[in-house]
Amino acid sequence: MRRPILAGAACLAFAAYASAARAAEPVPLAAQGCVGCHGVRGTGSGAIPGIAGRPSTEITATMNAFRANERPGTIMGRIARGYTEADIAAIAAYYATSR
Amino acid sequence: MSHAIPLNPTRRTALRMAGFAAASLVAPLATPGIARAQTTARLVVIGGGFGGATAARYARINHPTLDVTLIEPRTRFITCPYGNLVLAGMRMPDQITHGYDGLRAHGVKIVHDMAAGIDPVAKTVRLAGGQTVAYDRLIVSPGIAIKWGALEGYDEAASQLVPHAWIPGDGSQLALLRRQLEAMPDGGTVGFALPANPFRCPPGPYERISMVASYLKKNKPKSKILALDAKEAFSKQGLFLDGWKALYGDMIEWVPSNKDGKVVRVDAAEMTFVTEFGTRHKVDVANVVPPQSAARIAFEFGLTDQSGWVPVNPATFEAKSVPGIYVVGDANNGTPMPKSGYIASNTSKHAVACAVASLRNEAPPEGVYFNTCYSHVGDEYGISVVGVYRATDKGIVEVPNSGGVSPRGDLPEQRRLEALYADAWYSSITKDMFS
Ligand SMILES: Cc1cc2nc3c(=O)[nH]c(=O)nc-3n(C[C@H](O)[C@H](O)[C@H](O)COP(=O)(O)OP(=O)(O)OC[C@H]3O[C@@H](n4cnc5c(N)ncnc54)[C@H](O)[C@@H]3O)c2cc1C
Repeated sequence: MRRPILAGAACLAFAAYASAARAAEPVPLAAQGCVGCHGVRGTGSGAIPGIAGRPSTEITATMNAFRANERPGTIMGRIARGYTEADIAAIAAYYATSR
Repeated sequence: MSHAIPLNPTRRTALRMAGFAAASLVAPLATPGIARAQTTARLVVIGGGFGGATAARYARINHPTLDVTLIEPRTRFITCPYGNLVLAGMRMPDQITHGYDGLRAHGVKIVHDMAAGIDPVAKTVRLAGGQTVAYDRLIVSPGIAIKWGALEGYDEAASQLVPHAWIPGDGSQLALLRRQLEAMPDGGTVGFALPANPFRCPPGPYERISMVASYLKKNKPKSKILALDAKEAFSKQGLFLDGWKALYGDMIEWVPSNKDGKVVRVDAAEMTFVTEFGTRHKVDVANVVPPQSAARIAFEFGLTDQSGWVPVNPATFEAKSVPGIYVVGDANNGTPMPKSGYIASNTSKHAVACAVASLRNEAPPEGVYFNTCYSHVGDEYGISVVGVYRATDKGIVEVPNSGGVSPRGDLPEQRRLEALYADAWYSSITKDMFS
């Protein structure tokens, strides 16, 4: 997982797009893992909150806080620690535009 | 976003450079009549369960010009997940039963037949009904088979008396076990014979024990559960043992292999388990989680090795013995990943991406494989295990310092939330397969 990390919102969107293009996939593969719980296209499922349409900065900050054990959670800390910064950037950029 | 997946890509580099905005402007290379079959790449998927249904759906959504055919003998898919809640009386069978209309609406061609043979040279799948289906890339997710007779006395006839309920099929195994639990008098003993690793759903037997205990506690509180195990340890063991004690007192006795827990013979007519050291346990209701292997077609296609599972390239899930055939789900040898529905579904998306990359003569994408398995231990009491995995030159490895099980201790809010999240997971993942 060595994807380019670029700063800024526009560039974040580009990072996802570039890694998706490289993966021949319109949705980054890392982001395809979230929907097992977070609902179709990340729109939420029952007690599990939606992530679709959240600003990418918010998703990134939340994932980083889970990763650093700075945000309480039942399960997301264990999950977030498995992903790289580049994965998180791709995930955040994709769900920011997902509806 | 749609972009063509031609068999012999000519604009590959341009597509890659231009990315998806431009790619979506490229019209599918469809030509009328017979020639069409040669210009639209054909992805065939065998098996319409967790791996196969997800693969077919994602192939059509992410690559709308791909011609996708799903081969699955059954018209209704009953999930293993939440089958244990049916045993507990917390769900009805129709709540875990799904159809294929959603996939049809995405343009997946569904053939309700059994794949009976693959010709990797001609690139065709032969169906039991006699038809032949041609493919350019093939994804196979047929699940498991029971190794009948590997546990002495446990054959198909025995399973009509002592159900396994580990492959859903038409639902009759689960229904039989539920009826037997209902018919058992209060004060009876429910016996389980549990297998050595590897097998489908490592925490599954222990969730089942929990759900049977939940049913018994409410309906037949004088009853007992005897769980005889061929292992010394099991998935989420500490959490399950804590939960059993807290919720069910001494109702459940779990006997590991080093305490003579390994069942070596089943006498179905006598409802008796015989252990390694000759102890005979007569029970009132018996459930065997039998030894397993990859589904039969994996053997018939020569995809398995002596382990009984299909060795695959960890970066692509291509079968080591036959390139161009991607084997996902329980049938492959994906250790250290568990044989779970989540892994089957998640890795099938990766296999689709790899199959598409290969059609374009591109390198396979780097993957990250993700699993969460929730288990219900009781009412409002859920626990989980998480794993994030990556392919390396040493095979598939779990990302260090990530994943793991729920924290132990007296944490009612954590358990309550995880039970709720489990329900949300079930709804989400089945929509991700069938909606
Ligand atoms: C009691 C229990 C509880 C479980 N709970 C969970 C859980 O909570 N979470 C979780 O993630 N996992 C859970 N699992 C595991 C999960 O069910 C499996 O890991 C998952 O079903 C594997 O997916 P698969 O695609 O490999 O196989 P399956 O989902 O079994 O699908 C295989 C399909 O292939 C078809 N098929 C077979 N042979 C052929 C052929 N020759 N031609 C065409 N089609 C064919 C079958 O009809 C079937 O529909 C549980 C399992 C059990 C037994």
